[in-house]
Amino acid sequence: MVETINIVLLGFLVIVAVVAIRLHDLFAVVMMFGIYSLLAAVIFVVLDAVDVAFTEAAVGVGISTVLMLATLGLVGRWEKRPAHKPFLPLVVVLITGGALIYGTLDMPHFGKPDAPVHQHVAPRYLRDSPDEIGISNVVTSVLASYRGYDTLGELTVIFTAGVGVLALLGIRRRRQDEKKNER
Amino acid sequence: MRDNEVLRIVSKIIIPVIFLFALYVQFHGDYGPGGGFQAGVIFAAGLILYGLIFGIARLRRVVSIRFLQGLIAAGLLLFSFVGFLPLLMGRNYLDHSVFGQDAHSGQHLGIFLVELGVGITVAAVMVTIFIAFAGRRDNL
Amino acid sequence: MNALGLYNYWIVILLMMTGFYVVISSGNLVKKIIGLNLFQASVFILYISLGKVAGGSPPIIREDISLYSNPLPHVLILTAIVVGVATTALGLALVVRIKEAYNTVEEDEIHQQDESL
Repeated sequence: MVETINIVLLGFLVIVAVVAIRLHDLFAVVMMFGIYSLLAAVIFVVLDAVDVAFTEAAVGVGISTVLMLATLGLVGRWEKRPAHKPFLPLVVVLITGGALIYGTLDMPHFGKPDAPVHQHVAPRYLRDSPDEIGISNVVTSVLASYRGYDTLGELTVIFTAGVGVLALLGIRRRRQDEKKNER
Repeated sequence: MRDNEVLRIVSKIIIPVIFLFALYVQFHGDYGPGGGFQAGVIFAAGLILYGLIFGIARLRRVVSIRFLQGLIAAGLLLFSFVGFLPLLMGRNYLDHSVFGQDAHSGQHLGIFLVELGVGITVAAVMVTIFIAFAGRRDNL
Repeated sequence: MNALGLYNYWIVILLMMTGFYVVISSGNLVKKIIGLNLFQASVFILYISLGKVAGGSPPIIREDISLYSNPLPHVLILTAIVVGVATTALGLALVVRIKEAYNTVEEDEIHQQDESL
């Protein structure tokens, strides 16, 4: 049953991605991106990644889509139609896709419990997290305690992005007459 | 969008529920899916909804830019400081077990404070970025 | 089951290539950033599908469950999602400033204006 849901959802994703290529109305492309993020969140739930699904639904569908729409309001909604057929990008994409598929031929099959990624560190976290830390959500315990230093770096990246947007766009100080009008 | 009655009334009912849900996700990250990042984004989504319906000027009266800038720094400082305290007691950086009698309660408190710092900074950054984008047209 | 075991990965590679195609073939800067986000989301799906264990459950410890999916890719992708939105916000802020400087966001028109200086 899981395989059927997986295949159907991935099929929807391919349709949405192909539609996003073909459209020239950027408002519709942003909406396609929102649908893509929501379908990805559903796939994450099917693949047992509930924390990631939560974050992808909130961030991808909420914040990313709103920011793209705000940008479209500032720069314009329509994409200029290309003058010539893009032959070279298609060739590059096919070669890269072929190389990646050749690379996956050695990978372990989907869902096998003895894949190399499930050895070494992950069973140690799953086994010792109830004893050493005592909270149920292993993802939170790894994020905030075992790998807390990486989370500090990630928070610094978000901080830097906020500072960067403030430096690029800035926020206008409210003029005195505006403040008087609102009272 | 302030003139549309349906949007105005529904948003006034829903926005407090969104904030409450964000606080729930923040503090129940230990027992179910959730944590600082999700909660910060949901809280920012509530504020962004208010800004979309009632206008950026009213959003800036609710949360002033000075306050948001202070929050952005405060969350990151809280996280770094919580990691710095174990160093003063001779343990490693970000070793949360020193905060309580035994390892479990210490880790609980440490994770609580760390996730709180994450949630505060993420919410403030998302709202600041939205205000910077949405208030840009008046500058042109 | 041989092809079916790898089918997931091939479809995700197809999704990655559509996002990549949008990035390199479109001239509009905003569409390039949207394509980059599509590429990013499909890379996340690839990583999470690597961490799935058949018959496992979400990594939230309960007494009656013994087989869990791998929590490490989840932690990695959680970080990557939030960092991705931060870089998208910075990229879009740069696009807004480019529009104000050149009055266009089409790549060839920007090159034309630069070369005619």
